[in-house]
Amino acid sequence: MQDLLRRYGAGLTTIICLLVFFWLAILVVIPNITLFESSFRPYLPVTEVGGPKDVYSFDNYLKVFGGEVEVSPLGFTFLIPVHVLTFFLTMWYSVVVTVLCFAIAYPMAYYMSKIANPRSVPTLVLLIFVPLWVSEVLRAFAWWIILAFKGPLNSLLLALGLIEAPVRWITDYDAVVIGLIYTYVLFMLFPVYNAISSLDTNQIEAAEDLGAPWWKIHWRIVLPHAKPGVASGSVMVFMLSAGSLLVPSILGSTTSQWFTQTINQWFNDALDWNTASAYAFLLLFLCTVFVALAMWAFKVKLSDIAK
Amino acid sequence: MSAGIDLENVCCDFGSFRAVDHANVSIQPGEFFSFLGPSGCGKTTILRMISGFIDPTQGSIRIGGKDMRGQRPNQRPTALIFQNLALFPLMPIWENISFGLEVRGVGKAERRAKAEELLKLVDLPGAADKMVSQLSGGQKQRVAIARALAVEPQVMLLDEPLSALDLKLRQHMRAELRAIQKRTGVTFIYITHDQGEALAMSDRVGVMSHGRIQQIANPRDIYNNPVNGFVASFVGENNIFTGDVGATADGIAAFSTPHGTFRARLGEKATGKGVKLYVRPEHTLISPAQPAENAIHGRVEEVSFEGNFIAIHAVTDSGMKMTAELRNDGSSAIPEVGAQVWMGFDATRAAILPDAETKG
Amino acid sequence: MHRIRLTLSHLYATVFIVYLIAPLLVMAGAAFNDSKLPSIVPWKGWTTRWFAEMAADDRMMLAFVNTLWVAAAVAILSVIVGTASAILINSISGRVRTMIYGLMISTILIPGIVIGISTMLLWTKVGNTLDTDFFLFGAGLHLSVLGQVSYIAAMVMLLVLARLQSFDTGLEEAALDLGASHAQVMRRILLPHLYPAIGAGAAVAFFQSIENYNVTQFTRGGADTLTVYVFSKVRSGITPTINALAVIMISVTILAAILYELRRRRQERLMAAMAPPEE
Ligand SMILES: Nc1ncnc2c1ncn2[C@@H]1O[C@H](COP(=O)(O)OP(=O)(O)OP(=O)(O)O)[C@@H](O)[C@H]1O
Ligand SMILES: [Mg+2]
Repeated sequence: MQDLLRRYGAGLTTIICLLVFFWLAILVVIPNITLFESSFRPYLPVTEVGGPKDVYSFDNYLKVFGGEVEVSPLGFTFLIPVHVLTFFLTMWYSVVVTVLCFAIAYPMAYYMSKIANPRSVPTLVLLIFVPLWVSEVLRAFAWWIILAFKGPLNSLLLALGLIEAPVRWITDYDAVVIGLIYTYVLFMLFPVYNAISSLDTNQIEAAEDLGAPWWKIHWRIVLPHAKPGVASGSVMVFMLSAGSLLVPSILGSTTSQWFTQTINQWFNDALDWNTASAYAFLLLFLCTVFVALAMWAFKVKLSDIAK
Repeated sequence: MSAGIDLENVCCDFGSFRAVDHANVSIQPGEFFSFLGPSGCGKTTILRMISGFIDPTQGSIRIGGKDMRGQRPNQRPTALIFQNLALFPLMPIWENISFGLEVRGVGKAERRAKAEELLKLVDLPGAADKMVSQLSGGQKQRVAIARALAVEPQVMLLDEPLSALDLKLRQHMRAELRAIQKRTGVTFIYITHDQGEALAMSDRVGVMSHGRIQQIANPRDIYNNPVNGFVASFVGENNIFTGDVGATADGIAAFSTPHGTFRARLGEKATGKGVKLYVRPEHTLISPAQPAENAIHGRVEEVSFEGNFIAIHAVTDSGMKMTAELRNDGSSAIPEVGAQVWMGFDATRAAILPDAETKG
Repeated sequence: MHRIRLTLSHLYATVFIVYLIAPLLVMAGAAFNDSKLPSIVPWKGWTTRWFAEMAADDRMMLAFVNTLWVAAAVAILSVIVGTASAILINSISGRVRTMIYGLMISTILIPGIVIGISTMLLWTKVGNTLDTDFFLFGAGLHLSVLGQVSYIAAMVMLLVLARLQSFDTGLEEAALDLGASHAQVMRRILLPHLYPAIGAGAAVAFFQSIENYNVTQFTRGGADTLTVYVFSKVRSGITPTINALAVIMISVTILAAILYELRRRRQERLMAAMAPPEE
């Protein structure tokens, strides 16, 4: 603060602080507090808002537990509230997406930072960036075309003789996962690429020189070094996937439901903004807790990610 | 126009660390004043206080008699040349030089003319439209000087401006700087840790150590009459004896050491046991015959030819290393390695000095 | 490295690039297929009629114009807010810095749906409390702008902050010492240094805004942006006009990428040619 005043004077410092206040307080903190506050209020006709019925309660949150369905994973059959199920499936498939994104992106990140000719890397990066600049909705749409029952993927596989009959790709959560991976894999690639780039190539060569097999080099040297990058990529991909509304809506099947879709239904179909708030808060809160737990389990510090 | 500068009991603390400790100095208008001291002794800090980037923790700074408290850098009549020059990389040279005029609202044509004029002054005509990255180290140096001169400061503050240059260029730029100072008459405050530079260029030198100004004097006095051991050792070489001060008469004291008892000038505040006696190598006599006073016997270990002088390294019988320097003008005989010799020094040319002052 | 492994890694990289690009090509190809369903199989012959239909689609054109307005507003606001934030972060330290910086970064991770709902709630509530119909407090694209800025500003902030770290603060002091005011230092010294990052930030903000769906969906009221419109088209009766639109968007992207690449290469050559002379 002292430094800011000395460097930019009182006038500019005031303007800078006001702008930051505008952003953090007015655009971020206060709206979220409002959301939190609203989540405890009942859904009432406009005339009754602020009336005697407008009291705080946990009713909105308890709606999560309404309406049970029967599920039987691994042969065990039990009843579970449908929204809770949706939430768990959302988290589960987001984890699946995150892991697969890592599996796909890691070799490419390694290739870009250690194998490819350094002069061609900027061009490579630019090429990889193209899909990122093309909007998310179009990326999901592209896969909707590709995965269609009579679409190009099935035609190709049939022509190659790899399958005998067309495969139904858009079923259950399959297409959602495929679409999410395609949409967010780059959010994994770049942090991991940056992390591996900062690894001294000599270390790899030294390990090779000492006779370490390639998988050991990756496990013991490259991966530990890239951990902060992997962590921030994973957090990013997980949060984006869990919060995605477009991809599950476009690529979802009749049997798939994403938690964001449930929130959307409360907000835009039922017009019950308060329950939507409660659900949105749950999403934010539980995702944050989950990420925090995962970071604790993998011994990742917050400062590693916030770089 | 030039202005004098007065520092009165100026201190600067960084947390609990005192970087500048009770600095008192009065610099005359038009003077070339140098602060000399080892790295980290607080030179830059003094300069940054004068230019207004740091406020003194206590004490006052006056420029041209006017107290500078509360005056921000852009309100002070000083121009600072930064240790790393800090030229603006995105502006061509002429805009760099005339930036100070631009912010004062001077028109473009006038600015351009002034820049050309200053480029001539620093001997760099024709560079106006180049970019900073296209200049060599010495050229950047000159542009920095021109940029500072453009605002017609009353005081120029230079923070080790030559340290990045090679030896040849450094010597050339020394003369150049001195000439520019003479031509413009501006007060120069110059910072360096190179004693040769300070002694050769300055009217007066302030020698600093650990945040304290140890001595302020003209270069000759700094070298010939250092006030303490730090100044003596930082500015030039010495043969140093440790011993106890004995009887004193007319400023000359008896000084007993394991290598014999000597007579030497007694500096202020040097008393008691375990003080040091300093003799410059060029004041150390060496000959086959025993001198009349302060005689030490020894053996020549090494003779090294340095061009204009010859350094003779000897070891006394008591096991101390000493160096004597002889002028290479044929006036004295050069002893051979292994020769038995007598060394000695004139009592008035040697001084018993206290250690550096460290706390106030 | 063994030859085989090297070959395999090149192969993997190629497959990866194909994986990224092929879906876009399929989508683009479908724009030229004379089939009512957007697909490249079966191929029913070349046509450009989807482009003509797209041009005749008034709603899409309106959505397109809306999108540009929103994106421009988001870019401008995000650049201003993001740059100020980067400057603030760069000159504070300690616990406060960690806290503010953490809060700024976290906005990127907040699900868009949460941002959308919370923005909508706040402003309509303020409107209800003040009992006013002033447009600011009702649903609409202006709220989408505010919601989008709340996380896109963080991206701009990161870009500008990275650039700030290569800034020599001595330059600011030199300018102050030469008599410049703080505003002049900002305009002549600091901002010119930041322009590349600010430009990149503006581009990122612009494109991020265009592709935003979540925040917009919850704040837009009745107005359409391109993404929302495309989404509704994909959900309801799809015609390949969307593909025609995709072709145009991809072309613009690729064109921008090529221009950027050419500029980069030219600058690389320029830098090589501008090494300082020896004295
Ligand atoms: N901003 C600061 N915060 C804390 N300590 C500082 C700061 N600036 C300087 N110091 C300390 O004050 C002392 C004096 O620093 P100063 O930069 O004045 O040294 P100097 O004499 O100019 O050295 P050099 O010749 O290396 O440039 C150093 O020990 C330094 O570590
Ligand atoms: Mg210094």
